[in-house]
Amino acid sequence: MIELYLLLALMVLGAVVALEAKDLLSAIISLGMVGFGLVLAFLILQAPDLAIVQIVVETLTLIILIAAILKTSREDTTEAYGLKKGLLWGGGLLFLIIFMLFANQAIQSLPQFGFPVMRMAENYLALGLEKTGAANLVTSVILDFRAYDTLGEAAVLFTAVMGVIVVLRKTGRKI
Amino acid sequence: MKGMTLIVKAITRLIAGLILLFGIYIVAHGHLTPGGGFAGGVIIAGCFVLLFLAYGSEETTNEMKKWRASLGESLGIFLFWLLAMLGIFGGTHFFLNFLSKGKPMHIFSAGIIPLCNIGIGIEVGAALFAIFITLAVLKMGGKE
Repeated sequence: MIELYLLLALMVLGAVVALEAKDLLSAIISLGMVGFGLVLAFLILQAPDLAIVQIVVETLTLIILIAAILKTSREDTTEAYGLKKGLLWGGGLLFLIIFMLFANQAIQSLPQFGFPVMRMAENYLALGLEKTGAANLVTSVILDFRAYDTLGEAAVLFTAVMGVIVVLRKTGRKI
Repeated sequence: MKGMTLIVKAITRLIAGLILLFGIYIVAHGHLTPGGGFAGGVIIAGCFVLLFLAYGSEETTNEMKKWRASLGESLGIFLFWLLAMLGIFGGTHFFLNFLSKGKPMHIFSAGIIPLCNIGIGIEVGAALFAIFITLAVLKMGGKE
């Protein structure tokens, strides 16, 4: 489990660098560190289904972000000075402290890491192969027990693409 | 949009087919091994994006490609929805697994689950490629 914590520390470091870097290309590479770290974390936690999706989506996202950088500017020009900077830092710290206080209480009531409460899932695990015939239990859940959710997900993607095509169309544009 | 250098084109020619085959494998074996429609569809879209970036594209064919991607996406989600509706018409409820379960661990098993995976794979692959090609067409149109 120590390698998972090392990986998480690296991901936090990458996120901080992504926020603070002045060069936006370095910021995007650091963001890639977070994403690919997440891929490894999924593999360590034995979720190869998620790792396959995450690695491809992460690569595509990096390509699109780098293309955006090449077309616009590499410099981060947003910078706060004086009172505004103090307010931002103070507000951020205050929020962090309040969040930690509440999160601490919430985490106390969660089950221990790696030992989830499984009232529904026990049934799925025991009867998944017998009821659906699918050897991959993840597929038997997303396409049989919870197929309705999957239809919703596919509809969300469909609607998103419809929106992109309508907003970014060429015909009928004034400019 | 013009393509990239000869090195990129040569490497792309070698591996693009393998990437597409791997995506199809992930979709088709979704009920047996890790993966499924979403993962395989993203890999298939990645293959098409790689080909588009490496070889470039004529402005005149872009609209046709966009139309085809949009059609593929609609067909994919329609197939998925139709399989769900067949459960109502041929049986009792939505998403009824009306085909025979078959033997576990075989490729023809688990009833409608592989068919659903194929529908989702087509939908996700075409959807991501449609987003990509829409952005590319917009960028090319902006230059004029």
